[in-house]
Parts: sequence; structure tokens; C-alpha cells
Amino acid sequence: MKRFTISPPVAALILAVVLFLLSGLLPNGFGSDLDVARAQAVNIVRLAVFLGVIAAGQTLVIISGYEGIDLSAGTVVTLTAILTYVTVKGENDMVLPALLISIVVGGFIGFLNGIGITFLKISPFVMTLGMSGVVQGVIYVINHGNVQGKVAPIMTRVIARPWFGGVPGAIIIWLIFGVLMWLLLERTAFGRNLFAIGTNRITAHLSGVNVTWMNLATYALAGALAGFGGFLVVGNTGVVFLALGNSFLFPSIAAVAVGGTLLSGGKGSYWGTMAGAIVLTLITSLLTTMQMTEAVRRMVLGGTLLLLISIYGRQRGFRQ
Amino acid sequence: MKLVSFNTLMSRYPALFAGVLLVISVLVNLALQPDLLSGNTINNNMRVFLPIILLSAGQAIVILGGGIDISSGGIVSIINTVLATQVGLQGSTEDMWLWMGISLLIGMAAGALNGFFIAYLRLQPIITTYATSFIFFGLALFILPNPGGGIPQVVSNWYRTTQPLGIPLAFFVIAVVILVWVYTRNTRYGRYLFAFGGRAQAAYESAVPVQMVQFSTYVISGLLAAFSGIAITMLSGSGNAEIGSPMTLNAITAVVIGGTAMSGGVGGVAGPVMGALVVGILQNIVSFADIDTWWETLVKALIIIIALATPGFLNLFRRKE
Repeated sequence: MKRFTISPPVAALILAVVLFLLSGLLPNGFGSDLDVARAQAVNIVRLAVFLGVIAAGQTLVIISGYEGIDLSAGTVVTLTAILTYVTVKGENDMVLPALLISIVVGGFIGFLNGIGITFLKISPFVMTLGMSGVVQGVIYVINHGNVQGKVAPIMTRVIARPWFGGVPGAIIIWLIFGVLMWLLLERTAFGRNLFAIGTNRITAHLSGVNVTWMNLATYALAGALAGFGGFLVVGNTGVVFLALGNSFLFPSIAAVAVGGTLLSGGKGSYWGTMAGAIVLTLITSLLTTMQMTEAVRRMVLGGTLLLLISIYGRQRGFRQ
Repeated sequence: MKLVSFNTLMSRYPALFAGVLLVISVLVNLALQPDLLSGNTINNNMRVFLPIILLSAGQAIVILGGGIDISSGGIVSIINTVLATQVGLQGSTEDMWLWMGISLLIGMAAGALNGFFIAYLRLQPIITTYATSFIFFGLALFILPNPGGGIPQVVSNWYRTTQPLGIPLAFFVIAVVILVWVYTRNTRYGRYLFAFGGRAQAAYESAVPVQMVQFSTYVISGLLAAFSGIAITMLSGSGNAEIGSPMTLNAITAVVIGGTAMSGGVGGVAGPVMGALVVGILQNIVSFADIDTWWETLVKALIIIIALATPGFLNLFRRKE
């Protein structure tokens, strides 16, 4: 008989729902007012969209295994957000070029990561960490302390405002994005090969997978997705600052881990990451509504993350 | 003559690359700052570099064991805030000694927390120490919400001026760290560490007490982070809960420049110590080279990337020959 198990994405989603319901019991929670509850739920998911999109690239590189990780995601988000901001300058016509620039620039940075990791044999952690420093440097150089720009009205309308039934565009974009990610991972040769190189590169190579090309493509794609994330973030907030993306970096890794993707690679899903992003955003906003001091907030966040990964982030023991 | 590949050379003498980089960076720095080698400047520089050097040594042990410790900067912050609040500017030297002792215990306890989750609950090091870094920085902020507090002036003065036999204090500390490492490397524990870091499964099958070894690396990292925290508190003379946050990544960079493989099992402590010196001198070079402030970060990051990429480049060419 098959043993009954809950898959991590489902577990994360259940956790999110339970946490959300509990949050209603707080003194300043939604209580029994269903409309307020609905609005709050929508708002939390809306906030989770940006983390979720940025964590998509992270999911890919982590599935690709062999210590795959993208520490440059945070600064790439800042860079493309700034690039979008200065390209658009409040004009609707410039939105598509800005989107293109964001994706291409992000993809190029990811490609450089891939070259360093694949050809120069630098470990992903170190390579992307170094790249993050370079991108930060580029940001300082192009920025010189102040940027002149503005987001276009159409971006705010599409990303931040509700489309229909009070559901903001960002959430709908995220759902479409989620379906595309699922198709990419589960229904294409790229996805199949990605899981293959994450599990064992030697067997993948012997089975005819072009490991070098896959590695390059994965990092480039991860960079492009982070670039897209930067575009979305600035579309939502409407302002840019030098540390904009930094706050997304480690939550993006945490969201992947909470969503049940193995950090050692070869196993995972984007649904899990989406659930993970919602859980993390929910916890953060709960702590804010509870008016915890910054110190307590950090400790609770760290403790929760530790608890979550203790439940299902455990690796195989030596004896098995 | 048989040419050995760069990788073979690196795995035999992991510190070699860091040594070369160190010599180059010292020469460049010397060209920009002619009084670099005067006794006073050396002492000034070394006491600034010492906290990172200590932190890198601890990080090196963890990375040798195949892990990573992102929380070590958080431990530095805890120690800094504990000393700044518990000893205080008006405190006595006896207080300072007492709280330095307690700091070491705190550091080891924090490391033990990491080690417990990673070695005994088998969680992944990077995400675990990331989670605990939140706990540690939160705790530091809880102890000291706003920068302030301090340690007795006498202690900071002692740290600033002590030069036994005319040699800066930092060199003695470094010598002790390296001597302890050279001794440890050849003990049974040292061999266990390399075996575990290199191939954990094989180490387990050879009856290496794998969990104990993995656990111990984080305790050692915590202990050295505590020493680093004491050093940086003596250097700054005051408390700040964020003091450790830029230090973690600098220490990891130092370890990598020092020839320690991120996958574990290759490297030592001497390399990372030199790596930390390179990272520190790099900061000197960038600030003395009269570079526009906005370009500083980019220049520094590019130099680090080039340093990291060099071994890979050399091997790329060697393969073609």
C-alpha cells in the first residue's frame, strides 16, 4: 500500500491558509468580516507575486543541481528596475522596449554567470556572488546617486490595479506565468533535461543531454527571469532605490526551499515555489501587522524558516 | 619537463594562488602608498584586517568540511552588542575579561545551534545558516536597538598600540591561529575533517564519526566569529548591531581566494588568512588609487571576479596545448 504523504507544495499551501485564518483572530485582524478577509488575502498574494517571479529563476538554477544557486538575482532586480525606470520616463510607448531591455540585460548577466560556472569551473555560489558585486558596481556607476525617470501609467494600471472582480493584474500575470513555468518544466525537452542534469550530470551526458549548453541556458534564463522580476517590481512600487532588489535575494532562495525543491537539485516544482513565496510574504506581513519590533521580526522569521525546513527539508542520511 | 596542471598545483599547495595575489596586491598598494611598510602603517592596517582574518579562518574550516556558514557575521554582531552593553565605557578591565570569556561561550553556542540543525537534523547548510543569521542579527538588534554603548578606553588603546617586540599584535594572533591549524591538520581530527569534506559518504563508510566532525566545524566557526567580534569591538570601541553584516561575504571571498574549494576537502587556513589580507589591501588600493567614488564598488568587484576566474582561465589554455 502506498504510504500517505503530503507533497511540500500542498503542505506549504495548507500552512499559508492556516496562518491566514489564525491571523484573523489577532486584535487588529479581519475577525468575522469576510470582505476584509478577502481583501487582505488578495493583497498578500499580490505582494507575493514579485517574490514569486524572482524566485522562478532561482528554482531553475537550484533544480539544475551541483550547488546551483543565483546570488546575483537581487542586484539584477535592482538594475533592471532602474533601467526600466529611466527608459520608460512616464511614456506608455516605451514600456515594451523597457521590458525587452530588462529581460535581455538580465539574461546577459545570467549568461556571464553560466560562462564562469561552466567553462571556468567557478562554483555557482562564488560566481554569482562575485557577479552580484559587479552588478552593484554597475548600478552605482550608471546611477551616480540619483536617477531621473518615471514609470508609465499603463504599467501601474496593468500591474498594480485590479483587472476584474477586484483581482489585481499582477496576480493574473503570475498565474499565466505559473502555467508557463509548469509547461517549461514538465512538458518540454528543456525541463526534462534540467531535471536530468540536476540528478546526475554524468548519466545525463551519457544519455545525450548537452550538459554545457543546458547549464548556460539555465543561468541565462534565470537572469532573464530576475530581470523580468525587476520590471514588475518597479511597475508596482513606482519608485527605485539602490537596495530595491536586495530584500528579494534570500527570500527567493527560502521560497524555493519552503516549496519543497531540493536544494541539492534534481527535484522540485514551480508550484512549490509559488506556495513558498506566499507563505514567506504572509509571515512577513503578519509580523508587520502585529507591530513587532525589527529585532523580534527577524528572529521570528529566522525561527519559522528553520522550523519549516526542519519539517521537510531534511536530506538523506548516510545509512540510507 | 613535465608541466603539472594548475589544478594539481592548487590542490597540492592550496595557498599558492593566494600567496601570489598577496604579493601582487602588496606591490600595487606600495606603489600607491609609499609608506605602506613603515611600522606604524602596518600596525594600522593589520588591526583593521584582523577581524576579517579571524572570521575567514573559521569560515575556512566550515567550507573545508563541505558546508558554509552565512551566519558568522551575525555572531560577530551578537558579541559586539553584548560587549558594548555589558561592559560599557565605564567598565573595568576585569569586566572586559569576564565578558570576553562569556563571548567565546556565546559564539560556540551559536555555532552549536547551526551544527545541531545541519549535522544531526541533516538540513542544508546554506539555508540553515541563512535562517540562523536572521535569528542572530535579530538578537543583536534586540540587545542593542540603536548603535551605542562601548568598551573601556583602556582596552581600545591597548588593541591599537600593543606591539610586543615591535611586531603588531595581529601578527601574533595570526601566528597562533596558523600554528593551531598546522597542529590540528595532522591529528586524527584533521584527517577526519578532510575525509568528510572531500567525500562524506566514503568517510561514513570508513567509520569516520561524520556527524561529530560536521557539528564541530560550525562550533569552531562560531568560536572564531566570537574572537572576530571581540577584535572588531576593540577596533571600533562601540556597539552596532549591523557591524557584522558586510563581514560574512568578505570572509567567504577571502576563503575562496585562499584556494579552498567550495565543495570541501581541499584547502587550509593559511590560504584564507592571505585571502583576507588581499581583500583588505584591495580596499586600501581602491581608496588610494584616486578612483571616483561611484566607480569604487565596480572596480573592487571586477578585481575579485578576475582573481576568481584566473585559475579557470589558466586551465582552459593548458588544455588546448
